Amino acid sequence: MKSKAIAYPYVGWMALFVVAPILIITLYAFTSGDREFTLSNFQDMSQYASAFGRSFLLAAVATLICVLIGYPMAYFLARETGWIHRMATMLIMLPMWMNFLLRTYSWKFLLERNGLINSFFGLFGLGPFQMIDTHGAIVLGMVYNFLPYMVLPIFSVITKIDHKVIEAAQDLGANNLTVFRRVIFPLSLPGVLSGITMVFIPSVSTFAISRLLGGSKTLLLGNLIDMQIIGTAYNPHLGSAISLVMMVIVIICMAVMNHFGDGEQGVSL
Amino acid sequence: MKKNGMPSRLFLLLCLLFLYAPILVLMAFSFNGSVSKAVWAGFSLKWYLQLFQNDMILDALWVTLAVSALAAVISTLLGTAAAIGFRNMRRRSRTVCLTINNIPLTNADIITGVSMMLLFMLALSGLNGLFGLKWKMGFVTLLIAHITFDVPNVILSVMPKLRQLDPNIYEAAQDLGDHGLHAFYKVILPEIMPGVINGLIIAFTLSIDDFVISYFTAGSGTQTLSMVIYSMAKKRVSPEINALSTLMFLAVVALMVLVNLRQTRQEKRAKRQQENLSAQ
Repeated sequence: MKSKAIAYPYVGWMALFVVAPILIITLYAFTSGDREFTLSNFQDMSQYASAFGRSFLLAAVATLICVLIGYPMAYFLARETGWIHRMATMLIMLPMWMNFLLRTYSWKFLLERNGLINSFFGLFGLGPFQMIDTHGAIVLGMVYNFLPYMVLPIFSVITKIDHKVIEAAQDLGANNLTVFRRVIFPLSLPGVLSGITMVFIPSVSTFAISRLLGGSKTLLLGNLIDMQIIGTAYNPHLGSAISLVMMVIVIICMAVMNHFGDGEQGVSL
Repeated sequence: MKKNGMPSRLFLLLCLLFLYAPILVLMAFSFNGSVSKAVWAGFSLKWYLQLFQNDMILDALWVTLAVSALAAVISTLLGTAAAIGFRNMRRRSRTVCLTINNIPLTNADIITGVSMMLLFMLALSGLNGLFGLKWKMGFVTLLIAHITFDVPNVILSVMPKLRQLDPNIYEAAQDLGDHGLHAFYKVILPEIMPGVINGLIIAFTLSIDDFVISYFTAGSGTQTLSMVIYSMAKKRVSPEINALSTLMFLAVVALMVLVNLRQTRQEKRAKRQQENLSAQ
């Protein structure tokens, strides 16, 4: 088919439902309730600086933990042969078929003061520990929900590495550690980078995980936006301003990371 | 690469346990005789029976399935057409289109949801004012939102198949007197079909699982299953939801096993045929 016209319906769709909403959110962020241009929404945001800091910090910690757990997991799965290797993708994706809110709620039940984990510790006379409604519980919820997004891209990149490259390195006298450090790890970096993006963005913007596991007093950016747009503190202009700033910070983070990642790869290859 | 030893096997096992433990807990408690999550009151199927009398949950299930199926089919058609059209564009317009197409994929869900909600509110108040209507956000806005985040994923899944396509095939079909749509159906579509089907499945899965975007775009009268669960989870999730989720989860597992079995059988048959051929 040489026609480009069949793309036009979707081009129109994108203009209406992708581009227009972004323009509207920008417009809202720079106006007040009486439709006048103002920067006051951005000034009002300073009172929420701690929520910004908390969201980015918790998301960064969760992303780091996902790399530390997800990388070896992907690496070991890629080294497996036989049925485990064949089923690996399915094994990791299957949990995502249970509603993520329900899985998060299930953690609430495990972490509660009289929940399963505390009962287990109780058998040894330990605890009970305060686990629910803490920052740690929020990070756990993020790691639990988004770990598959880290494992899958790394797994697929490692699986695609040409075995001849590894054999060549071994023939040239590299031991296992050197092969990993100089060959496998550099080649798997693109997977790590896309994993980081896929974990960090939903973590920094979540509002359900913090609401369910962090109690009602811990505010993250997502909870702030939720409150301003639908909830009790109704002010869509302020909500739009927060969304816009969050979006810009995330874009800058990702651009810096990808730039840094590309440079890294260029050096080590 | 050398094979995994005991420690790495153990690590894998622990990771998988971490991923599956909450699911197993949920499933176990869907068979619990008592409402309480802390007390085991014997095996019972009563939540499964009550599930089919709970209209709120069944309505939400129906909305979820309907919006996911419709959004998946529409976005597959829209996305496949767009992917083909994009390839025939000039380089610059194609880059612009692909960049915009990437926005819903890279943006946080909450921003996609909030920005679409603001658009819907503005558009509806404008339309209602102009024509004296009383339209509100509901199933239609929900469907539009779902299509919007499904299409980029369909395009992502169809594009690689189009790239692998040999451009000469289509020209060969034309040289042999086959034109336009017919050549498309007979030559191009079968080649890219795996990508299209994959896109359809991804779109359906994403739609079923979505919470954030639905939450902002469904209005106050329409509820998906995720929204029901969210409003319950703030206090207490009724065990009927556990029962429903267990059923849905088992259905997916059964489907996966079936697909896998079919694949292995096909592979075996193909292998046998090849062996027969080489034996002759």
